[in-house]
Amino acid sequence: MKMLAFTARNRKEILRDPLNLAFGIGFPLVLLLLLSAIQTNIPVSLFKIGNLAPGIAVFGLSFISLFSGMLIAKDRSTSFLIRLFASPLSASDFILGYTLPLLPMAVMQSIICFLVAYFLGLSVNINLLLALLVLIPAAILFIAIGLLAGSLLTDKQVGGVCGALLTNLVAWLSGTWFDLNLVGSAFKAAANALPFVHAVEAARAAVAGDYVSIFPHLLWVVAYAVVIFSLAIYVFNKKMRSDAR
Amino acid sequence: MIAIQTRNLTKKFKEKTAVDQLNLSIEQGELFSLLGVNGAGKTTTIKMLSCLSKPTSGDAVLLGDSIAANPMAVKQKINVSPQETAVAPNLTVKENLETIAGLYGSGRKEAAKKTKEMIENFELSEVAKSKAKTLSGGWQRRLSIAMALISSPQILFLDEPTLGLDVLARRGLWNIIERLKGKITIILTTHYLEEAEALSDRIAIMAKGRLKSVGTAKELMLNTHTEKFEDAFIALATESEVS
Repeated sequence: MKMLAFTARNRKEILRDPLNLAFGIGFPLVLLLLLSAIQTNIPVSLFKIGNLAPGIAVFGLSFISLFSGMLIAKDRSTSFLIRLFASPLSASDFILGYTLPLLPMAVMQSIICFLVAYFLGLSVNINLLLALLVLIPAAILFIAIGLLAGSLLTDKQVGGVCGALLTNLVAWLSGTWFDLNLVGSAFKAAANALPFVHAVEAARAAVAGDYVSIFPHLLWVVAYAVVIFSLAIYVFNKKMRSDAR
Repeated sequence: MIAIQTRNLTKKFKEKTAVDQLNLSIEQGELFSLLGVNGAGKTTTIKMLSCLSKPTSGDAVLLGDSIAANPMAVKQKINVSPQETAVAPNLTVKENLETIAGLYGSGRKEAAKKTKEMIENFELSEVAKSKAKTLSGGWQRRLSIAMALISSPQILFLDEPTLGLDVLARRGLWNIIERLKGKITIILTTHYLEEAEALSDRIAIMAKGRLKSVGTAKELMLNTHTEKFEDAFIALATESEVS
């Protein structure tokens, strides 16, 4: 019950910020429409809707880091944190309370992205359901990045790191905007060492019904999600306690 | 019956001793003020007693439970109104109250009932549906104290509750605090000496982390041979520098 009350508060705080909705849903959809328009005039295989929609879905999820990071950083910067720490919430209540409201938001974001993609020609079948499931580890990864950033940085810094740097990193290194083969081996190696391109490739494989290709990419994302989430929990507990002192 | 008993409560930050061997005994239902200049150790003391910060050594027992051994049991019995206004900005007044009731274990119906009571008791009905971030400083402080009371705490910590408020808002909060006297134990920190004098049953004066004196305002004036409480405070707060 205590954790649910905290979860409900966090959900309301995030959803009532119009900037969150504009960036989290509006901006990726504008890009989806724009790149689809380019595809209509200058056909590029990368921008075919079956390739583009999973990429935009992952790009959209990167904004989840901004939501979670900003909420935690803002709580840290006000006395509301003291009130929370003085309450009988346990450490796991805090972690779950900050994480759980974002998961349904992430799933809803992906559903809206695929729904718009349907009107742009994406065929609807069971593979889209699979793609939604495949995107969950990526959603957890982005929530964890937000948890980590919010625990370490101020709200302004979170805006810069998660709102600008991370979203650009995801855009450039995920193979959504351009083919990574075109930009040289070093860039491609860096992209492959990070989880973003793997998240996109796993979702693309799911949408295409290429089930065998999902797992190797998904493994990268899951491994990153486990490591970053564990690190985020450690840093969150350590930093939040020291803030309250 | 004793509500708070501290035993050599000490907090050190590296080389600096913020609270030094504090021994206090506070009765149930008492309104007890902690006074001192900046850096005297008031807020650190409150943070330790409210389990926000672990003591370096020593302990405190709140209504039978140790802050060191059983902080969760202590947290269930206390609540805090922090120094700065502590409200969730995008939530309405009603939602803020319901959230805090939920954090202390109330179910949805019970939280709604307690919220209704708090809105009536604190005369918050005209702003009940307003988002907290749109309220004036006075209304936010009033909400902040209502949020601290919705869990029906047996001990309430009020850290600088009237800081930065205008005279009317401050007097309004004084009335609210006075209505609570005798019903729950209140630990108040304030820089406003007249506030401590008007509201407190007893006052403790701290300086450089140490307890200088405890008593009623009259007793403190008597002990320092002063006629004004402000003079008594200055005499006690600067005692170490003078001697």
